[in-house]
Amino acid sequence: MSLVMPELDRRVLGRRAEIVAALRAIVPGEGVIDSATEMKPYESDGLTAYRALPMVVVLPSTVEQVSQVLRYCYEQKIKVVPRGAGTSLSGGSLPLEDAVLLGMAKFNRVLEIDYENRVAVVQPGVTNLGVTKAVEHEGFYYAPDPSSQIACSIGGNIAENSGGVHCLKYGMTMNNVLGVEMVLITGEVLRIGGKYLDADGYDFLSVIIGSEGLLGVVTEVTVRILKKPETARAVLVGFPTSEAAGDCVAKIIGSGIIPAGMEMMDKYAIEAAEAFVHAGYPLDVEALLIVELDGPEAECSSLLDRVSEIAKSCGATTLRASNSEEERINFWAGRKAAFPAVGRISPDYYCMDGTIPRGKLPLVLSRMRELSKQYNLRVANVFHAGDGNLHPLILYDANQADELHRAESFGADILKLCVEVGGVLTGEHGVGVEKRDLMPTMFNETDLAQQQRLKCAFDAEGLLNPGKVFPKLHRCAELGRMHIHAGKVPFPDLPRF
Amino acid sequence: MSDAFKPRDENEIVEAVAWAASGGKKLEVVGQGSKRGIGRAAQYDSTLDVSGLSGVALYEPEELVFSAKAGTPMVEIEKLLADNKQEFAFEPMDLGPILGGEAEAGTIGGMLAVNFSGPRRIKAGAARDHALGVKAVSGRAEIFKAGGRVVKNVTGYDLPKLMAGSFGTLAVMTEITLKVLPVAEDAETVLALGLSDTRAVEAMALAMGSACDVSGAAHLPQKVAAKLPMKSAANTSVTAFRLEGIAPSIAYRREKMEAMLKSFGSLAVLQADVSRAFWRAVRDVVPFSGKKSSALWRLSVTPSAGAKIGGAISAATGAEVLYDWAGGLIWVEMPDENPHEQAVRSAINGEGHALLVRATPSVRASANVFGSLNEGLAKVTRSMKEGFDPKGVLNPGRMYAGI
Repeated sequence: MSLVMPELDRRVLGRRAEIVAALRAIVPGEGVIDSATEMKPYESDGLTAYRALPMVVVLPSTVEQVSQVLRYCYEQKIKVVPRGAGTSLSGGSLPLEDAVLLGMAKFNRVLEIDYENRVAVVQPGVTNLGVTKAVEHEGFYYAPDPSSQIACSIGGNIAENSGGVHCLKYGMTMNNVLGVEMVLITGEVLRIGGKYLDADGYDFLSVIIGSEGLLGVVTEVTVRILKKPETARAVLVGFPTSEAAGDCVAKIIGSGIIPAGMEMMDKYAIEAAEAFVHAGYPLDVEALLIVELDGPEAECSSLLDRVSEIAKSCGATTLRASNSEEERINFWAGRKAAFPAVGRISPDYYCMDGTIPRGKLPLVLSRMRELSKQYNLRVANVFHAGDGNLHPLILYDANQADELHRAESFGADILKLCVEVGGVLTGEHGVGVEKRDLMPTMFNETDLAQQQRLKCAFDAEGLLNPGKVFPKLHRCAELGRMHIHAGKVPFPDLPRF
Repeated sequence: MSDAFKPRDENEIVEAVAWAASGGKKLEVVGQGSKRGIGRAAQYDSTLDVSGLSGVALYEPEELVFSAKAGTPMVEIEKLLADNKQEFAFEPMDLGPILGGEAEAGTIGGMLAVNFSGPRRIKAGAARDHALGVKAVSGRAEIFKAGGRVVKNVTGYDLPKLMAGSFGTLAVMTEITLKVLPVAEDAETVLALGLSDTRAVEAMALAMGSACDVSGAAHLPQKVAAKLPMKSAANTSVTAFRLEGIAPSIAYRREKMEAMLKSFGSLAVLQADVSRAFWRAVRDVVPFSGKKSSALWRLSVTPSAGAKIGGAISAATGAEVLYDWAGGLIWVEMPDENPHEQAVRSAINGEGHALLVRATPSVRASANVFGSLNEGLAKVTRSMKEGFDPKGVLNPGRMYAGI
């Protein structure tokens, strides 16, 4: 692993026993874990290639405890790494050896469900699916649905701005959260937003959501809940080339239809998924689309007909619409199990997450095939086709010398390619440590400095989750300085009137 | 008279900001100046007019993405999108009528800086939800970019969304990228007539909590409905529910809505064109565009508390109110120029916030236009401003004193 993490703070490590004792005074009993064996489960998140044992794990159960722990760490200049369910795919909650790992799992209660205002107030440790479970008996649900929704927490969803297969129509976490309570590193508790729609003053939620644990620790979340559509129907469409599939996606959207979900899989992914869950996917196609439409039955069937017509005109060789809820769920079973399915055909796989303008798909896929030859590693593709979010799965074997290294280089090349064609490094998995050092391919020094100044507004000492997101750590004081050469440019040409 | 800069490109903006920052000058950042009347009355040394930065940078309808320079007129953009059967789904408001200016004035930069979205906000989100990318010049006289041109993007902080509603106090936007969406094929509006404000908010909550996919829910009390530009058969309050989509879907949902609402009062339906005109009037708050000197507030509140808040303000001040967003957006027009700030803020009582959108210059000089932030938020707001504009060059004092 070539990743360079912030230099260890020997002064803090030398005081470990004292720090553990101080934390125990704040969070009593089993809320503080300091033995290496018991901390082992926390040594990595969903990005298992990177591991580190934290200095100590703290599991607070009240806002007051969170506040006191953070204030203590702030006063003692101790780094803090927040953690939700630990499902991050970018190393967002990778521990640091000289930092407190602050686990929010005990904040697992649904506090209020308000159907009249269509919101739920939950603690951050509630799972994504847990929100839907709490409201589904009234026919409501929480729209963002990342694949890890059984396990991932709402707090983690806020940190990563999680998406899912339905965000084409229903938006990401960003578009479905109305308020948070958040504790700053200083221990101050902020309440931002509420049950109303527009922000009061600066829209802090827009930067807190997706901030990857660098701005504060969220202790309460107000999410929007939606009434479940009456029906949902999906259609499976197979194509002889991925170009034809990409063309079909563009034509569906160009015709004015925004499906609830539109997913694409390539041949490797189709074969792996079919072998794993037997969803009935056609094996004689190069690309498979799953298009889902939801709403009243009349709307679904009418749009389904239009989508089918478009698909035929794009040269679809297979076309199957779901005629029952079982069949629809079965269509999705293969897609939802695509990652573990690929895991069965390879000892290890590395999941990437770039977004590209949809129209660049054929180009990106063909370049990816070339890279695959160059690195001598296979790649399977699943793709949120509707919004251009690509998940190439690079297959490798960690037991073979240098395969992990090759997989990582291959992945980095894919992401650089995404940026080159007008896309971005990460669509929904976050920067974390994984894409940190690639940030300069998308942003220049000034762009990154401005982002870090925003971080400084919340955490001037840089104690929250250092080593994540930003490739270089600058001190806030240094970033705050202004270098303007007054009078250097007299702007003689600047029109005035 | 103060100077006015009219830069032609972002480098000239950098020059102007550098000049201001090094000389302790304050700039008023404007596009066409159509929303200039909103905000605290503050003193500026010069105007930075970005309307010279105009033009579409990128429009790919099949990719649902649109970029333009910040000074591009909204009216041009909306025409271009309409020609392609697309639109900004958040229905950006035209503030011309209520501010006493021209209709259809304003730039895309001003639109995002103010972030006032129309009736569809309850379904499609606000301008901020559709902001994908931004290029801007900070108060440090540095050009920076953030976000991108794709919908799904978590690479770095989402600064394009932070720009929304920041009223030009953080940076001078030079180029903006937004998501666009297809215009719905059809639209219809179901009206419930004669409901009290309280009953109307209940009916709107019921509709929003149904699977009818309502894309507009507004209530106009009788006196306010009477000021609508279109003729209304009944002289009653009007509670309106918009249904958009394909015809068979609308027909089905209309029947469901009618069944759901029949116990509330007599019902009527507005067809396509009348429906469009109705929602445009709601979006632009046309009923409150008559009296230019009376104070006008915009409240974002917990929807179920809407009628209670609107009622309390009316009772205390004699104001008229219009409810949009199922009760979550309340427009309050005072009888005269007195904004009755205390009455407005105490009625809200923590369940939202209020912005004084229209006020006479003397009122704007003394009123707390944006309200006050609690200590914690005020601190972060100040640090945020410092991070972008440490010398307080850009629209200082427009939102809050010292910001």
